[in-house]
Formats: sequence, structure tokens, C-alpha cells
Amino acid sequence: METKHMTLNMGPQHPATHGVLRVKLTLDGERVVEAYPVIGYLHTGIEKTAESKLYHKVVPLTDRMDYLAPMSNNLGYCLAVEKLLDLEIPAKAQWARVCLAELTRINSHLVWIGTHAIDIGAMSMALYGFRERESILHIYELVSGQRMMSSYFRIGGLSKDLPENFNEEVQKVLDMLPSRIREYEDLLTNNRIWRNRTVGVGVLSREEALKSSITGPMLRACGVKHDLRKAIPYSSYDKFDFDIPTRTGEDVFSRYEVRVEEMYQSIKIAQQAIDGMPEGAWEAKAPGIVSPPKEKILHEMEALIFHFKIVTEGFHPPEGETYVGIESPKGEIGFYIVSDGSPKPHRMRVRPPSFINLASLNKICKGGLLSDVIANIGSVDIVLGEVDR
Amino acid sequence: MSYNKEAEKFIDGKFKELIREKSTFRDELTYIVDKDSIIDILKFLYEDEQFEYNFLTDLTATDWPERDERHEVVYLLYSFKDNTRLRFKVRLKEGEKLQTATVIWDSANWLEREVYDLFGVYFEGHPDLTRILTPDDFEGHPLRRDYSLTYEIPQFSYNKDEPPEVI
Repeated sequence: METKHMTLNMGPQHPATHGVLRVKLTLDGERVVEAYPVIGYLHTGIEKTAESKLYHKVVPLTDRMDYLAPMSNNLGYCLAVEKLLDLEIPAKAQWARVCLAELTRINSHLVWIGTHAIDIGAMSMALYGFRERESILHIYELVSGQRMMSSYFRIGGLSKDLPENFNEEVQKVLDMLPSRIREYEDLLTNNRIWRNRTVGVGVLSREEALKSSITGPMLRACGVKHDLRKAIPYSSYDKFDFDIPTRTGEDVFSRYEVRVEEMYQSIKIAQQAIDGMPEGAWEAKAPGIVSPPKEKILHEMEALIFHFKIVTEGFHPPEGETYVGIESPKGEIGFYIVSDGSPKPHRMRVRPPSFINLASLNKICKGGLLSDVIANIGSVDIVLGEVDR
Repeated sequence: MSYNKEAEKFIDGKFKELIREKSTFRDELTYIVDKDSIIDILKFLYEDEQFEYNFLTDLTATDWPERDERHEVVYLLYSFKDNTRLRFKVRLKEGEKLQTATVIWDSANWLEREVYDLFGVYFEGHPDLTRILTPDDFEGHPLRRDYSLTYEIPQFSYNKDEPPEVI
């Protein structure tokens, strides 16, 4: 019998594409012949904008890429500039960064589990995920005054000291989370509908994943034990005790299991961070790069001059280029900064994990059912703000 | 994290004629190589079992309009074996074409499309070299340094003889 392929347009306005993603689907009945993602609807030119800003003023731009993981983006950017400047960061700032970066990972995974599950039909998960995320946003607000675009990490340390009740408030969140995540597992892991929708769906083999430069939970769901927190430790991650969860299923279910397991590990790391939080400075001693404390600015002439110079002129890093990659919730987010000696970056490149992971959507969807496309997009865990930048 | 000294020695010897410049900055090793040989080098390193630089972390470009060879295409490789990175760069004149790396890595597909879209560097042999982030009918390549970030003031009768001013 002669059959014809049908082209179906999914998105850019579609509730299950997690933003403005458009997928051109070529279908043979219910089977997907080709899934061609079309992106760029949210392109804001963050890399271009960064070239016209002083190094300090790029930090708020990074929040706005992966808006579910602002602290991870801040951390990557700050580490790259600090490497360029060869700046030593005090222990307290490093510990605070680790603690908040891990809370960010939980935050991102909670939104992921909520939206991914609602896509596949588990309505209540979205409400639970967002409920628990609220407590983490409360921590964000506590430290930075902002719920989402925190810009809390700055070049040379933090934007201000941790509040006095930081440890207590984080402890409350960490005490509450494990039982809640176990609830999600009770709801999903052995749920027959969930298993039918995810096990064996969206298979991406280990070889294909490596060829496609996949990173993060997607790579770990293919059995590759790779995590930049262990491989190239940054921000004192080598002083923390945690495991890298891996699965070998290579499917949507394995990605789910890896992410859930990662949340437990993040709780473990955050707990160690607040238990062992060192005392002392939260900003590097680097006159001309890090702004002096506010009291000094108000009372000392020299501090005022430094402050004025930093805000108006910025600082001049040496000529050169650095790349720092960190393990963000989505995968490896890398910042490649090229300096020509001027106070603005000559080039600020973001290696976007969602962008590179999304590029293999066709491989994941090919040959599968139309309804599984939704599950596959969810399992990649994309944020279009970062895909398009 | 420092780079792999043995790999450095090996590459220095193996590709002696093809390396134009070599630099280290903050423990990051960068090679600038001949544009015609980049794919051969990358392919060799991909198949090489001694150092296993077979993971393409990133492929991007930088633009230096004041230079004769204005485009720099940057390949960042990663080795799972000893967790080190290696950077290769190629310099291109305006309009010069580069061989595609999609023959080695699938991820190069979108990354090269991005470089083409934002810098206007052509990759020969690429299966689908179309714009990716900007609309299909977009003019110019926005990440070039001489692409203005803002807009030109419209010219009216009182200033039509003056050169256009860019805000």
C-alpha cells in the first residue's frame, strides 16, 4: 500500500515544549520519521550584549539564560573571570557558593520533575514540585533579596555576607526535602502508567551520546560516570563527599532516576556545606576589582575612589582567554572569556548545555511514537532562555 | 586544572609542521593550526587511544575585525581519560571556508550552524548550513565585532547630508 508522510508542526506555542520551541515532525502514521527542532524564538543576544558591558555588569545577564538555575550560571561566569584574573576566593564564599549551587540544582530538578510529569499526565506532580521549589526561592530571597534573578555571586565572592539565620533556614529546607522527594518516588517510580510512558522510550545509546557531546544527567543515564564536580573540581567540591548517580537504561526512565538520585546527593552536599561553613571573609581581597565595604566607602576617601573606579571604569584583566565549565543542573555550562586587556570582554561565549543536548532530539524521537515526543522533550530538560540565549 | 604535558609533547612532535602558534595561559593549552589541516588533526585525536581527546566540548568563534585573518574558530576538546582540555584554533580571512567537523561529531552540526549564523563563517560539507538563532531573512552576522549593537538614527531633512550617526 502506498503511504504518504505527514508533516506536523509542534509549537512554538505549545504547553509541552517548555517554552518557545518548535519541532517540525515528519510522521508515518503514529511513527516519527524525523523531528527537526527549530529554535531562536527567544534569542536575546546575551553574548553580544556582554561585549558592551563591564565584567561586573555581565553577572545579571547570566541569570537570565537558564532562569531555573541562576546561581549555577553566576557561578560559572564568576569562576571564569576569576580564573582570568587569577583571584583567590575565601573559603566562606566557596562554601556558600557550593551550598547555593546545590540548592539551585534541587530547584531546577523540582521544576523539571513537575513539568515533565504533567506532560506525561501526572497532574499533581506539578503542584508538588512547585510547592517545594517555593522554599528554595525563599532562601534565594533571604540571601539576595530576589526570588529568581538573584545575581548573588559576584566576581571575587558574594554580593553581601550570608544572613545570620541562613544556616537555620537552609536546615529547615534540607529537613523537609528528603521525605517529599520520597513521596514523588512513591507516586512515580512504580506507577504503571509512568513506567509505560518512560521505560524504553527515547533511547540514546552511549556512543551516540558521546558523539553528540551530551553532558549532565542525560549522559549519566547512559552509564557514563562523568561529573565535572568530581572530574575537574571547582569551588572546593573536592572537599565534599558525594556520589555520582548513574543508570544504564539510556531511556527517559533512567534520566528520571538519575535526576531524583541527584537531588538526594545535592541535599547531602548542602548539608555538609552548612555544617562546615567556615568563618571569615566572604569577598576576596583585591582592591580595584572587588568593591570595598559600604561603611568604608562612606568614611574613607581611598575606598570611595576605588568604588568609583570600579563602577565607572571597571578593571583591566590581562590579555588572554579562559574557559571554565561547571556542572549545572542541565549539564556542562561553560564560559569562554576572551580578554583583550580592556575592561569589557572581547568575547563572552556560553557553552549552553540545553542547546547541545537538544540538538540530538531527532535521534531520540526517531522511530518512536508521536505521543513519546512530549516525554522525550521533557527528559532532555531544556530551558529555552539558555538554548537561544 | 592543568593540561596534559605528555599530550603536549606528543602533539608538538606529531603535528610540527601544521602548528602555527602555541600558547599557554592560566594552565590552558591552545594551538593555532593551519586551516586546511584542522579536521585531520581532530580526526586523529578522536581516534587516538593514547590520550582520548574525543569529546567536543565546544565549537565557537571570535572576531577580530582589525586583523587580516579576522575570524578565529575555536575547538575545545576534552579527554575523559585524564579530565584535561585542549584547545585548537584556526584563523580565517573574510570569506574563507572551513571544512566541517560534522564528519567526526554530530554535535558540530548545531554548533557550526551557530557560528555560521552569528559570524558568517562557511563550513564546507555541512549537511544543513542554515541560520539557527536569528530568523531566516536576517541580514548580517550579529556577533561580528563591527556589527552595531544599536541602531542608526533615521535621517531627516535637517541632517541628511551628515554621515549617519550610530547611537
